[in-house]
Amino acid sequence: MSQPVLSVRSIEKSFGGIKAVRGVSFDVHKGEILGLIGPNGSGKSTLFNCILGQLEPDAGQVHVNGRDVSGLRPSKLNRLGVGRTFQQLSVFPKMSVFDNIVLAGQEHRGTMLSRLFGPSDAGLAADAERMISFFRLNHLRGTLAGSLSYGQQKLLDAAMAFMAGPALVLLDEPAGGVNLTMLAHLRERLAAYNAEHGTTFVVIEHNMEFVMSLCTRVIVLAEGAIIAEGTPDEIRSNQTVIDAYLGG
Amino acid sequence: MAAWLRRILILALIALAIAAPLGQGNYIIYVLTSWLIFSIAAMGLNLTLGYAGQISLAQASFMAIGAYTTALLTLAGWHWLAAMPLGVLACFVIGFGLGYPALRVKGHFLAFVTLAFNTLVFLVLRNEEWLTGGTYGLVGIPRPNLGLFSTMRSLPFYYFTLVVTIIAALAMWGIVRSPWGRAFRALRENPIRAESLGVDTRRITLLAFAIGSMYGGLAGALIASLVQFIEPGSFGLAHSLRILLMVAVGGAGYFFGPFLGAGVVILLPEILRFTEGYYLIIYAVLVIVMLIFVPTGMIGVWGRIRDRFIARPVARADLQQGAQLK
Repeated sequence: MSQPVLSVRSIEKSFGGIKAVRGVSFDVHKGEILGLIGPNGSGKSTLFNCILGQLEPDAGQVHVNGRDVSGLRPSKLNRLGVGRTFQQLSVFPKMSVFDNIVLAGQEHRGTMLSRLFGPSDAGLAADAERMISFFRLNHLRGTLAGSLSYGQQKLLDAAMAFMAGPALVLLDEPAGGVNLTMLAHLRERLAAYNAEHGTTFVVIEHNMEFVMSLCTRVIVLAEGAIIAEGTPDEIRSNQTVIDAYLGG
Repeated sequence: MAAWLRRILILALIALAIAAPLGQGNYIIYVLTSWLIFSIAAMGLNLTLGYAGQISLAQASFMAIGAYTTALLTLAGWHWLAAMPLGVLACFVIGFGLGYPALRVKGHFLAFVTLAFNTLVFLVLRNEEWLTGGTYGLVGIPRPNLGLFSTMRSLPFYYFTLVVTIIAALAMWGIVRSPWGRAFRALRENPIRAESLGVDTRRITLLAFAIGSMYGGLAGALIASLVQFIEPGSFGLAHSLRILLMVAVGGAGYFFGPFLGAGVVILLPEILRFTEGYYLIIYAVLVIVMLIFVPTGMIGVWGRIRDRFIARPVARADLQQGAQLK
């Protein structure tokens, strides 16, 4: 099998006396959409933040395309082709939709000096328009991001994660708080992006229907450890998973 | 605001600035020159605080560094045009260093760190008499001699300062309109998200301090030549707070805010002098009332008037709050 895009090895993280993540290991390959599910407090977000450099793991390594990125700052990780979205709304509210999108790509263009003396849009206007169009935000192009509805901000957040053309995107609860129509739209756009660009996704989500319809493989976490792994159908019928969710 | 309307307004403001000192006495010209100089200092703080969201109570200390460097060099025979860039460069380097605490501490704690720096600079200027003249300061600082255009008289010096202000404002306009400006605003609005999008928030934080400090240094180089005498008391904490007030009153994070803010803080007390002993009380009350009713500063007044007549979307605070409560 080819080299994994993301390889997580024996990640551990504790907060005080509480072990939030206990030796988690998994690989994700090119074009795969991996779902990471688990009850509240199972360690999903902690694991995400360890992978993404927001938290320093106590032990373990993270490799992206074979390169050890453990402990790298999020900005460096992003420049290596790793995008992410956040569980909470994470747009820049006082900037327009267009500026949010351009910001998401500008640090990947040119040098510090060219970004000071070059064009205001960093030469990204056409790419930004394409991304706005792909996520069907055209009518909101000049609108302040903070004035968008919750669902629209979630879409914008996703569009920003893809702007720099990442090889790997980690989506933290993209469906959280989004209405059914917007949810279907978001799911369809993510699937379309994955099909068009072969980008690898890791998705944390509580919405089972969203995960099962989008992901090709699912990992289940409980109390900081992996308790099950398989296709959506296998996970759906796994008794350990049902027990972990229902507390049985 | 439409681009054409903005251009007309800018040209009208420049025309007003050119015409304002004509027929005025030396004192009024001195006050107008001070307004321009403090606008430059406030422009720098506006970048650090208004655009990048990093609080600083040390802008007067950078004015001091720029002023003393320029004064010492011009007194040693250097031309102002050669001395000023060194003062500005010194501020860039020291400002870059002052930015390091901002990587670790935020908000009130950062304010205290910068406040301590301001006090430190004041003490160095007061105690190192061999270099700075101590409390007696430095006297007889020459003004720039530009050959045919002498700035020894107050009116030519005003126009010289106006030209420097316009150049500084154009440079600032270029910065805030560039991708750097977008990164500064991203740092203010959501540093964690900015970092996740590849923005090197450490470097941008340091640059916000360094560039803001450069503007303080430039203002210092000009004030040394305007007054032709400097002493540590002119650059104490009260002056940093005054520059902070200019940014807040004008409108933090708005390009023209510093000009309006410096106008209110420098010119309003002069306009109110006809009230004699009451002018400072009236001035203080006016500033308090304005900050209560228009916390976004004077630029916000225009926004409020516009919003009454033209419906436009604004950033929703409820979603941000909701997200934070999750």
